[in-house]
Amino acid sequence: MCLAIPGRIVDSEDVAGSRVANVQFGGITRKVYLDFVPEAAVGDYVIVHVGFAISRLDAEEAERTLALLEEMGELPSE
Amino acid sequence: MKYLDEYRNPKIAIALAEQIRARATRPWVVMEICGGQTHTLMRYGIDELVAPAVELVHGPGCPVCVTALETVDKAVEIASRPDVTFVSYGDMLRVPGSRSDLFRVKAAGGDVRIVYSPIDAVKLARELPHRRVVFFAVGFETTAPANAMAVWRAHREGLANFSVLVSHVLVPPAIRLLLQSPSHRVQGFIAPGHVCTVMGYTEYEELAREFHVPIVVGGFEPLDLLEAIRMLVNQLEDGRADVENQYARSVSREGNPAARAIMARVFEVTDRKWRGIGEIAQSGYRLRAEFAGHDAEKVFGLAPITADEPAECISAFVLQGLKKPPDCVAFGTRCTPDTPLGAPMVSGEGACAAYYSYRRHESEEQLVGLH
Repeated sequence: MCLAIPGRIVDSEDVAGSRVANVQFGGITRKVYLDFVPEAAVGDYVIVHVGFAISRLDAEEAERTLALLEEMGELPSE
Repeated sequence: MKYLDEYRNPKIAIALAEQIRARATRPWVVMEICGGQTHTLMRYGIDELVAPAVELVHGPGCPVCVTALETVDKAVEIASRPDVTFVSYGDMLRVPGSRSDLFRVKAAGGDVRIVYSPIDAVKLARELPHRRVVFFAVGFETTAPANAMAVWRAHREGLANFSVLVSHVLVPPAIRLLLQSPSHRVQGFIAPGHVCTVMGYTEYEELAREFHVPIVVGGFEPLDLLEAIRMLVNQLEDGRADVENQYARSVSREGNPAARAIMARVFEVTDRKWRGIGEIAQSGYRLRAEFAGHDAEKVFGLAPITADEPAECISAFVLQGLKKPPDCVAFGTRCTPDTPLGAPMVSGEGACAAYYSYRRHESEEQLVGLH
């Protein structure tokens, strides 16, 4: 129910007072409302739930988490 | 897909699990709240990877599972009316009420439709001015902003034929109830990452302080969950009870201000009955009085009803982490995803349904071994 997945904003336009974007998820593109992420721009990744972006994905935090996880993968366990 | 695949690396997963097992000096009991996380844990066998250092127990799961029997009965009643187009997220259709479900209403000729977004329901109300369009607004805090936005738009456009049957539930009051139970076993929580994307995690800081329990906000991919478990085990071994944020790529401490603003504008907090658990004070949303014209319970003048859960179902214990699905005598026999007796077998994200999908054979062996 709380499934939300990351996708990339391809373009956006104003429709009746809302910003609506084409967001690409792998090979699929869907219309997504950007009402809750006014700061999101074309090229940004957003987390999308029931047709609305609920966050702009923080690329720096994502890199930091990944770097940390990769470091963990290299460490001995003892 | 970017931001998904890289969080599924098996080599790192095994290394994280090894570190968790190496750090634990005793077995710890950790609960995840969100059914999406339960699904990932079971699908990738993470519970087996971290055993015996960590025992994972599963929380209330998903809003579909905990929607009260009475609310499903109300949905069935409204959807059966000839003048109504009833609109819902797909996973609510199979949920049994006390006598019927929405699929059966549809099969009997009722106008029941599935949408991906609540905005699609508003569009239907616009396109079908002579129909009364009712949207089944269920969800945790993750879904509340979108549902609130639908009501707000319909209100602004003057769509008098649009209403919502609201059954929103809130996560922190359910955690509080669980921690207040003298029999609870949970020593650390993985907080739901998408709920916290919307709400932030200040409410969880209060819980961590009050009950001296560590909480880590976790994401949904295997490495997210293993990292969240590792952070919890570190806290437990250190004797700390902090709130930490593993899912920082989506979650900030304050959450999403624009989403929270529309929720506060449209909804107010109310007591709510949870299927399998009972009434929890201040654990749901209802529409503010200003939006009464869009409140399906008021529009259709529904009388209060009460319904009883099947006596055999142990979901109250499963939802509180006191029992596991295979502990139930009806599991996999009288209770299956096609014939669910209770909440956690109802939705694919429920704990019983997750065990049924991924651990059925093992459970069958266990059952065979018992007889």
